[in-house]
Amino acid sequence: MTNHWRDIKNTDLILINGANPAEAHPVGFQWFMRAKLDPKRGPGKGGGAKIIHTDPRFTRTSAVADTYLRIRTGTDVAYFGGLINYVLQNNLHHAEYVQHYTNASWLVKDSFGFKDGLFSGYDPAKRTYDTATWGYDADAQGFAKRDMTLQDPRSVFQLLKAHYARYTPEMVSSITGIPKDEFLKVASLVGEMGRPDKVMTIVYAVGLTQHTTGVQLIRSGALLQLLLGNMGRPGGGMNAERGHANIQGNTDHAISWEILPGYLAIPAPGEKNLSDYVKEKAPKKSDPNSWNFFGTNYKKFMVSLLKVWYGDAATKDNEFAFDYIPKPAGNSSWISIYDEALRGKMDGVILSGMTATSIGPDSNQVLQALSKLKWLVVMDALPTTSSEFWHGPGMTPADVKTEVFMVPATHWIEKDGSFVNSGRWSQWKDQVISPQGQARHDHWIMADLFNRVKALYQKEGGKFPDPIIHLTLDYKDPLKPTLDEIAQEINGRDLATGKRLSTFAALKDDGTTTAGDWIYTGSYPESGNLMKRRDGVQDPKKNDPTGMGFYPNWAWSWPLNRRVMYNRASADLEGKPWDPTRPGVQWNGTHWVGDVPDYPPTMNPKDPKALLPFIMTGEGTGRLFSNTPLDGPFPEHYEPIESPVENPLHPQNSASPVAFLYDQAAGRPNRFGTAADYPYVATTYRLTEHEHYLTQHVEHLVQLQPEAFVEVPDGLAKEKGIKNGDMVRVSSKRGKVEARAMVTKRLGPLEIAGKRVWQVGIPIHWGFVGISAEQHPEKSQHWLANVLTPFVGDASARTPEFKAFLVNLERMG
Amino acid sequence: MTTATRRGFFKLAVAGTGTAAFSALGFDLAEATQVKLQLHIAGATEAHSVCPYCAVGCSLIAFTRKRADGGTDILQIEGDPDSPVNEGRLCPKGASAMSIATSSRRVEQPLHREPGTRAWKPVSWDFMMDRLARLVKDSRDRTFVTQDDTGNTVNRCEGIAFAGGAAFSSEEGYFATKVMRALGAVYLEQQARV
Repeated sequence: MTNHWRDIKNTDLILINGANPAEAHPVGFQWFMRAKLDPKRGPGKGGGAKIIHTDPRFTRTSAVADTYLRIRTGTDVAYFGGLINYVLQNNLHHAEYVQHYTNASWLVKDSFGFKDGLFSGYDPAKRTYDTATWGYDADAQGFAKRDMTLQDPRSVFQLLKAHYARYTPEMVSSITGIPKDEFLKVASLVGEMGRPDKVMTIVYAVGLTQHTTGVQLIRSGALLQLLLGNMGRPGGGMNAERGHANIQGNTDHAISWEILPGYLAIPAPGEKNLSDYVKEKAPKKSDPNSWNFFGTNYKKFMVSLLKVWYGDAATKDNEFAFDYIPKPAGNSSWISIYDEALRGKMDGVILSGMTATSIGPDSNQVLQALSKLKWLVVMDALPTTSSEFWHGPGMTPADVKTEVFMVPATHWIEKDGSFVNSGRWSQWKDQVISPQGQARHDHWIMADLFNRVKALYQKEGGKFPDPIIHLTLDYKDPLKPTLDEIAQEINGRDLATGKRLSTFAALKDDGTTTAGDWIYTGSYPESGNLMKRRDGVQDPKKNDPTGMGFYPNWAWSWPLNRRVMYNRASADLEGKPWDPTRPGVQWNGTHWVGDVPDYPPTMNPKDPKALLPFIMTGEGTGRLFSNTPLDGPFPEHYEPIESPVENPLHPQNSASPVAFLYDQAAGRPNRFGTAADYPYVATTYRLTEHEHYLTQHVEHLVQLQPEAFVEVPDGLAKEKGIKNGDMVRVSSKRGKVEARAMVTKRLGPLEIAGKRVWQVGIPIHWGFVGISAEQHPEKSQHWLANVLTPFVGDASARTPEFKAFLVNLERMG
Repeated sequence: MTTATRRGFFKLAVAGTGTAAFSALGFDLAEATQVKLQLHIAGATEAHSVCPYCAVGCSLIAFTRKRADGGTDILQIEGDPDSPVNEGRLCPKGASAMSIATSSRRVEQPLHREPGTRAWKPVSWDFMMDRLARLVKDSRDRTFVTQDDTGNTVNRCEGIAFAGGAAFSSEEGYFATKVMRALGAVYLEQQARV
């Protein structure tokens, strides 16, 4: 989230796409309802914020929304694109914000173009774009030409306008299935949100990300928010609801193939030293008044990381051990792991708190992948569909040569440490009880394993042991580091004084400072662990001095305890809040006050040399046009890989031309179904009572949701002779689920370009492990929802397309 | 003040003067509540936690009591009313956090399944960690690439993947990244994408 949970109460209009917060994040949803019930909020004269829920399925979120729009899954780019077009055609954008706070005025070089669904630079053989064709028209220094009138036909603003002119209300309706009049009613509410005294938030979850257009789906919402001037403002922003307790913290700390802690890119082959690396990876300044804070300080953050990992072995002479950091040959993300296993190239996999089998995609293929491993380690507190895969559905244990280890790990409540919520609040928790049985902490298991491997290298030698031998383990007990010690390491120190730092601004590139993750520098300064702070709503007057719900002394949020990211953009050019009743930060004549400013704290905004507002980007502004995503500088609607219709915008390039088709790339058959055999659109989701797969072990929750089921729209059920509670088989080209039908009005037909399209819904929670599975040993063999999903990823993030695929539906026996 | 905090409520209830706070219900819960809270609270210590499920980040209060053998029992887990995130509220999952915290279904000892066999075999930690260290070293040595085809120094291990961490404390996640990158891992993922 750019903002945070409690901040949602500050908004006037809430667009919810690809999410069902009332059921999946129910307690966070109270802040949506507070906005709705607050008479000061809302479009027009107020009377309460309005909630627009756009989703394939009518859920409890829809039930309390002011408007529910039934949308065909995977078509939200068309919806947001239509809203962008409506705002631009009717001149409803926040003109001053767009002119000064976005890259609308940047000129784009002539090599950029878009025709018949393809951006410039496409290579059909490789299925990739040459993104260099999408750059700015820049001078020798790299500074882009700008036209502050926004009239130049090569300005980002005019190119944007032309790109989205195709997204007429009629086109939106024919792609999404949302009736034109309903769309226009919502568009008129959204159009009001470009006024400085109004603000809108967009909230989304994996219903938006898990598509072959996932990155562009998010960007299309972000573009709309920039045009309306809602980024950086309390009550605004792009807000991702994350699905697990600490996905945020462990993304920040880089359990992710493409990054190192603090979103520093993993180096690529050919980057021979730190200079090469910074040159390739750091954002570049494209305007003289851009601070480009991240790009400018990239090397300091990287050297401080290398220094804390490799200590005395990281010296100026050896580029601070830059060679110790592995350089991947190519994308090494989630699906790639199992793809490599299928190719016979992966020896071993260590899984902790996540189960490949259930997650998929294409669980049957994942089971094959796991059976090709030499060894598999499952560190978990409870059995999973991965620890038990070797006797799972369709497996013959005697044929499975994988050596499997079940390593009993501790639960969250048996250890301390921090969890970072969706709003970037890092909240420390206590160790409440001792580990059960012989369970050990994950980090102690990892420390023990690492030390044993290190001992083997010391004894036997082997391939490039240097990073193993020299890795710092400066803990009182290197086999049992405490999480407090690690939290201090993450924060970082000044090596000359030994003192912990209070800001990443103090980090240096000469090896005299350390930081395990620069965005957390300041979380644990000399004054102590700020993530433990507990000044909450027991005293709102004292603990929320601005009244905006920031609660600055409750826990700690990155970066620098800032509660709303990009908050310089919450104030106008002179530093006055766009809406004085909802200030983020403001200039008081000498300082920026309010939230922790995302800006130099004493920089006078009236100074002609004042820096541009978005200090982290090379442009210094928000990016309406960006050459960072690999699938296009503007979001474009593409059909899911499996779709019942052709893309009316450009049928010759219906699906994303750069989606990564793993099977095809590996020389295996693609196994995609067509509407002739698999006529129904399917999507997957969670229920309130379960959290992925872990809760299959919780008696209370299994009692509440005891058995797998499939939601079938009542009209389709009637056509197929399916009654509520009947057993049905849902099959895709890749596998089948057999479960009870829940016949419902929550799903309904859509009219897509004159064709009637049915959608069915499949909760993800069940499999062959857990209490329900033990109660239904036969049935549970066909409960894995992800046997249905395709083995494909989007071009940039390689996120699987869990949320839109084709199935057939039959009544069983 | 119309909304009593949980602590305020507790004090009122214990003092037996909670009638006013609950008169809106039409009857006095103070006495019954007093008995219930005393059962929970007698001799209990408050510890702070955060819900292990979704990423709203609801704060929890865990009430614990020391056993005679030195161990700790959890008596009750409930939402923390001081939190600006949840203000004491929990969903069905969070409200059942006690069930998972004290689950009888836990894997309590290391288990090993040898290739081609049909059952788990309990093993010692020492056996398991030694065996794993051997496998990790052998796989690393077998699949480690120091230079790629064009002569670039890449120092990567291509044959071992690590995935997980959405349930780790952040500091554990950082530590996992640190040791896996030191081993040369490039296949390093968690649940952000999936």
